[in-house]
Amino acid sequence: MKAFAALLDQLIYQPSRLGKLRLLADYFATTPDPDRGYGLGALAGTLDIPHAKPAALRELMTTRADPVLFAYSYDYVGDLAETIALMWPGAGANTAPPTLGHIVETLRASSKQAVPGLIAGWLDDLDATGRWALLKLLTGGLRIGVSARLAKTALADWGALDLADIEELWHGYEPPYTEMFAWAEKRGPKPPATGATAFRPFMLSQAIEEQEFAALDPRDFIAEWKWDGIRVQVAGSTGGDGRVFARSGDDISATFPDVIAAARFEAVLDGELLVRGDGFNPAPFADLQQRLNRKAVTRKMIDQYPAFVRVYDILFEKGEDLRGLPWEHRRQRLDAFMATPRDAFDLSPVVAFDTWDALKELRASSRGAGMEGLMLKRRDAPYIAGRPKGPWFKWKRDPLTVDAVLMYAQRGHGKRSSFYSDYTFGVWRDDELVPIGKAYFGFTDAELKQIDTWVRNNTTERFGPVRAVSPGLVLEVAFDAAQRSTRHKSGIALRFPRVSRLRWDKPAAEADLLETVEKLVEG
Amino acid sequence: MNPSAVVASWLKVTPAGLRAAPGNFWIDPVTPVDRAVITHGHGDHARGGHGSVLATDPTLAIMAERFGAQSGAQAARYGEPITVGDMRVTFVPAGHVLGSAQLVLEYNGLRAVVSGDYKRRRDPTCPPFEVTPCDVFITEATFALPVFCHPDDGGEIARLLHSMRVFPERTHLVGAYALGKAQRVIVLLREAGYSAPIYLHGALAGMCALYRHYGIDLGELRPVAGEPLKALAGQIVLCPPGALSDRWSRRMHEPVTAMASGWMRIRQRAKQRGVELPLVISDHADWNELLQTVREVKPGAVWITHGREEALAHALGVMGVPAQALSLVGYDDENDDDLTGTAPPS
Repeated sequence: MKAFAALLDQLIYQPSRLGKLRLLADYFATTPDPDRGYGLGALAGTLDIPHAKPAALRELMTTRADPVLFAYSYDYVGDLAETIALMWPGAGANTAPPTLGHIVETLRASSKQAVPGLIAGWLDDLDATGRWALLKLLTGGLRIGVSARLAKTALADWGALDLADIEELWHGYEPPYTEMFAWAEKRGPKPPATGATAFRPFMLSQAIEEQEFAALDPRDFIAEWKWDGIRVQVAGSTGGDGRVFARSGDDISATFPDVIAAARFEAVLDGELLVRGDGFNPAPFADLQQRLNRKAVTRKMIDQYPAFVRVYDILFEKGEDLRGLPWEHRRQRLDAFMATPRDAFDLSPVVAFDTWDALKELRASSRGAGMEGLMLKRRDAPYIAGRPKGPWFKWKRDPLTVDAVLMYAQRGHGKRSSFYSDYTFGVWRDDELVPIGKAYFGFTDAELKQIDTWVRNNTTERFGPVRAVSPGLVLEVAFDAAQRSTRHKSGIALRFPRVSRLRWDKPAAEADLLETVEKLVEG
Repeated sequence: MNPSAVVASWLKVTPAGLRAAPGNFWIDPVTPVDRAVITHGHGDHARGGHGSVLATDPTLAIMAERFGAQSGAQAARYGEPITVGDMRVTFVPAGHVLGSAQLVLEYNGLRAVVSGDYKRRRDPTCPPFEVTPCDVFITEATFALPVFCHPDDGGEIARLLHSMRVFPERTHLVGAYALGKAQRVIVLLREAGYSAPIYLHGALAGMCALYRHYGIDLGELRPVAGEPLKALAGQIVLCPPGALSDRWSRRMHEPVTAMASGWMRIRQRAKQRGVELPLVISDHADWNELLQTVREVKPGAVWITHGREEALAHALGVMGVPAQALSLVGYDDENDDDLTGTAPPS
């Protein structure tokens, strides 16, 4: 537990991705099995242990401390795990602290009633950092800035393995992943992929610019609409226990039981997860967001926001690996497969075109109806894991832009910690500015310096790392779409906002009005 | 009448601060007064412009360094009672920073001790806190929550040195208060065997020179100003906390941002400030030490000046010690506002 606690404690302060990878590699290299595998599982969200409810932990704390002092402390610290870790009156040095493996295995083998007593005993034996890590683990969701993908990347980097290989194997194995560590340390063979419902790494596309088309022959390519949902892989199962995987490789089956119920087939499909709107049209992305990131989903949610998958590729059928076939052959197989109507699945059509100019016109018409541009795929390309250059391109429609006024600036992290680099911007509603979003990229380093200086010279108020500024700097903000949102005062949220230009020339009073942005909302 | 009520009749909270009527003086006044008695040199306790100032010799020197020579300056020695008006005032070490003192006030057979800011841990740069039994003990409460339990400072310095080994190519930029914390960190580093030159932000130079004048050995110190960037790779640079996020810090090459403060105990605080290496080193008593101090001083009553008064008053009440908050304003020692302040140019 000491090594895992030290790792979490360092990760939480580490702003850079490379720094995190370095810390994780060090942990894998210096921590024995099974602890490191449980640690990896905890970071990747695959470690299944009985979780402790916050209320139970609070109760445990009040058996050891004055409830009034606990209340003052919790109020001050604001994080339950940290409050308890810091004020738990354990001595911490009498007994050897438990290992992570011991904790995980003991929890799994214990009855529910025994858990509070076990936790109390461990809290007594651990130091403050160890207590904090244990409580983070027990409350689920470490939230220390490490995604499942980053954890897997660290394993790949450290063991000089291919990330795609790890992702493909990942769902067939469980913590403590001893086979994977043996493989990474060249002590054992590559573990075999198991079962039909394993995850297969996605083939991804490169972005393309208009001027690059001159070098390409339109006859080599087909086009498809680029749908505005989330990319998923559906591994069907005739037994009804299929899987839905997100781009990250995360298993999101539990969130989409409606899709799983319909996936009673022996095939692995690639497509876009969408929510059905009017008729068979995709609803706005905001509707899909209602369904995302939920651990449990109610009947009502499913009825109100029915999910479906618009498929465009087939990777396996009846155990046959189709990934080595050219796109054209796979598409024939997909068309035949989809000839049988299936609930929650439909086919993404192939878009016909002769010339790049014709395609350009099609792209211009791709706004609305859940589209965000076009995909181009080489007819002869096999399905290759990763992001190969050449076979697949995405050609997104032009972004929308709005001229917004800088309202707040926040200091960045890591290399940007002395710069005001995160910007909240707003537009006019009558004579008041209302925030519509935040952006922290899209400008050059030189421009960042200019904005930083401007922020420092035009500050009206300071709140910790945030400065409010007087309305005076207009930012041209590019974004992919505008949608309704109850989270912002303006009632509007932007997707992928980025600063596209600094409008030093434009007076703040001439920035856009909220009603102009409202007209851009889709759906 | 109980002793606390009697003391309250001659030691009162006024807008300028705590006023001792029989001596006709204010303690750590926040606005200019005729006669000021100062516990220690931190900016929220020692301010310029008073008619006369009574303080320890180092505190007077610190005030002179910060505000220029003070009119009517009178130096007090630790442990030697001084008659002021109708009362006796004795300065007793508080263990907070160089020159810091508790004020022992005696009048009509009753004794009140104004602790000022204090700590109970060993500090090689100043004499340790001394326990003085009294009727009323007036204490700070900066870290008066059970979550504040400062770790051993040697362990914190070891983490800094460990980071220097893991990232030998990076500059370790350590935020530390100009008065007290910076010098303590330097001496702790020297004790841990770190003998290389330590680089200083310009705002720390004056106070370090003053500590040296009082016989504190700080080893070789060099100003950052004028040093080529490359010379700072792999070195320790000390700066005021505000400079960590100031434009000044940009001249450092991929710095590891460290910060020495008791507040670093709370992870979200450290994270919010963008600190990569929080060092929990405090010049204040932690929770257990506050309670321990009251147990040792055995006062009839405790008054609480600034910090988290409610929690301390509650805990003392449970211990059976009558306690009340004084609601003094203007003291924000090591507080967050202080942390975000911008540094003077170097």
